[in-house]
Amino acid sequence: MIKITNLHASIDGKEILKGLNLEVKAGEVHAIMGPNGAGKSTLASVLAGREEYEVTEGSVDFDGQDLLELSTEDRAREGLFLAFQYPVEIPGVSNVNFLRTALNEIREYRGQEQISAKDFMALVREKSAIVELDAKLASRSVNEGFSGGEKKRNEIFQMAMLAPKLAILDETDSGLDIDALRIVANGVNTLKSPNNATIVITHYQRLLDYIVPDFVHVLYNGKIVKSGPKELALELEEKGYDWIKAEVDAQ
Amino acid sequence: MNDTIQQNKLALFTENLTLSSLAFSNELKNDALTVLATNDFPTTRQEDWKYTRVGRIASIKSAQNQQNSSLSLPEMVDDSTLLFVFENGRFRADLSSSTIPTGIKINTLSSCKSDELSLVGSLVKLENQVFTALNTAYASDGILIHIERNQKITASIHVLNILSGENTASFTRNLIVCDDFSQAHIVQEYRSQGANLSVNNVITEVFVGANANLTIDKIQHEEQGNFAVLTEQVDQKKDSTFTINTITLDGTLVRNNLNIEVNGSNCESNLNGAYLLKDNQHVDNHTIVDHKVAHCLSNELYKGVIYDKATAVFNGKVFVRKDAQKINAFQSNGNVLMSDDASVNSKPELEIYADDVKCSHGSTTGQLDDEAIFYLRARGLSEKAARNLMVSAFIGDVLDKIENPSVLQMVQTIIQKKHGWEF
Repeated sequence: MIKITNLHASIDGKEILKGLNLEVKAGEVHAIMGPNGAGKSTLASVLAGREEYEVTEGSVDFDGQDLLELSTEDRAREGLFLAFQYPVEIPGVSNVNFLRTALNEIREYRGQEQISAKDFMALVREKSAIVELDAKLASRSVNEGFSGGEKKRNEIFQMAMLAPKLAILDETDSGLDIDALRIVANGVNTLKSPNNATIVITHYQRLLDYIVPDFVHVLYNGKIVKSGPKELALELEEKGYDWIKAEVDAQ
Repeated sequence: MNDTIQQNKLALFTENLTLSSLAFSNELKNDALTVLATNDFPTTRQEDWKYTRVGRIASIKSAQNQQNSSLSLPEMVDDSTLLFVFENGRFRADLSSSTIPTGIKINTLSSCKSDELSLVGSLVKLENQVFTALNTAYASDGILIHIERNQKITASIHVLNILSGENTASFTRNLIVCDDFSQAHIVQEYRSQGANLSVNNVITEVFVGANANLTIDKIQHEEQGNFAVLTEQVDQKKDSTFTINTITLDGTLVRNNLNIEVNGSNCESNLNGAYLLKDNQHVDNHTIVDHKVAHCLSNELYKGVIYDKATAVFNGKVFVRKDAQKINAFQSNGNVLMSDDASVNSKPELEIYADDVKCSHGSTTGQLDDEAIFYLRARGLSEKAARNLMVSAFIGDVLDKIENPSVLQMVQTIIQKKHGWEF
């Protein structure tokens, strides 16, 4: 699905990613954990195409395409989805209105017909139920006046609407109480299929009780320094990151 | 030296104009001529015209165009609308509605006798006001709309003002009188057809009686190359509601003067404005709300989107006089600059002499939020679609205030045609 090779990226001349390698196959869930400042959100931003970041070296192959050559919108149209750590409030732009535009632009890109208003509304009803998002919220302005939990549920709702091949959840669990966490995780699990994949970026092991990863990676100092099965997350939760830092720094 | 040159410009400008033959008082006309003889076109040294240069209007070799053009009428007018068309300040009976429902009197000013025009000039001030004086001295015609007491007019009254031809100077004078307890909806549309280097100068004096409710939708879309100086002077009596939606979508230089005197208690005044500018357009909205008595509410919301090298001016004044307690007055101006060369001068002003009021004013100018555009693009929208969506949401705040669906449809059509997006 996605193969990241020796990825180097910097912002304002400061190198954040320093040779990151990662491969995710269809049907897999990968968790990326790591201490603050390790480059977790930078990775998400670079993959989504945020222009402030400059890729200085390396490659990203997304289903046979050179991802780094695509514009942000074309990445989305090819099936990449980023659930934002801080979803943006956009006053006056209604959630459903913008999603219909998004969905139709994606369909046009793929040479499909526009979705009918009726089918679209049916889709909204079906997908908003997955994250228990009130239909009223779905038609309100994008994230405006939403609580933290509602914003994150809205991200997963949008993900459900757009049905991406690869979803990257950037600290989707931060700021969520247990109930919201359960709802969000349940949404992600419902959407999981053998044809799509998920990268879960998180600071806490807690989310991984609900979204069970196939692999856990530790990102530190711009590289993946350790990978392992889901049990690695528990070990990190218990012991923190210092032992990994020590291990890396010793090398 | 400068003065002499300016003086010559005004004299030159009026050289080929025909004095107004409307039946309002000669004294008023003479006063206007005195103003013209003793003043120049305003310069940017005058506070009211600080950001708007009228040199391009002054240098028009103007004449009142007497020709009838073959005009195409607006597509939006539905059967129930009463339509009155003026071309270059002259009434086009051939294009206007002839049957008028009961409860309302509509006449051209040229067909009115002097006693019917006693209200002309009773609200606007002439002193040092060159454009008002020009209008008063040279007005060729205009409409008198008189809504009678207790009458609710369900049909929209659409007054279409069309500018045509080269170097045309058009002067139209309107009177709108809403008697007590009446209700009406009036559309004042300004457009041009094949016009260039022409100027439209219109004054509308509006009298809103006690408990009356009047809404004006003012839609401006004269082609580029033309100029407009449009004034509405409004008098509100007690318990009345007055709403005006000023939507400016085209024109090279547009100056709007909207002055509302709230002379009765328990009034509501709503001033909404939207302007979408591109190329080298310049739009200047000057508004005054003068709260003279207590217990009134005014809401002012102006929003603009400015592309290319266009410039906008917003100057909104709210006065709350000494004894006008318990006034709620809200004023807000927001602008989005869509290019590095776009600019806006925004000046919201409050002058409060009472001590128990709730007033606020504010002005914001910025660009579209890059983070929001990235967010939308990350969901698959093109950058253009993302920008259009955000612009339409921004301006939609104001456009949503237009209650009449056919007017809203007309605005949408014009925006779609001129700017290529929908809201």
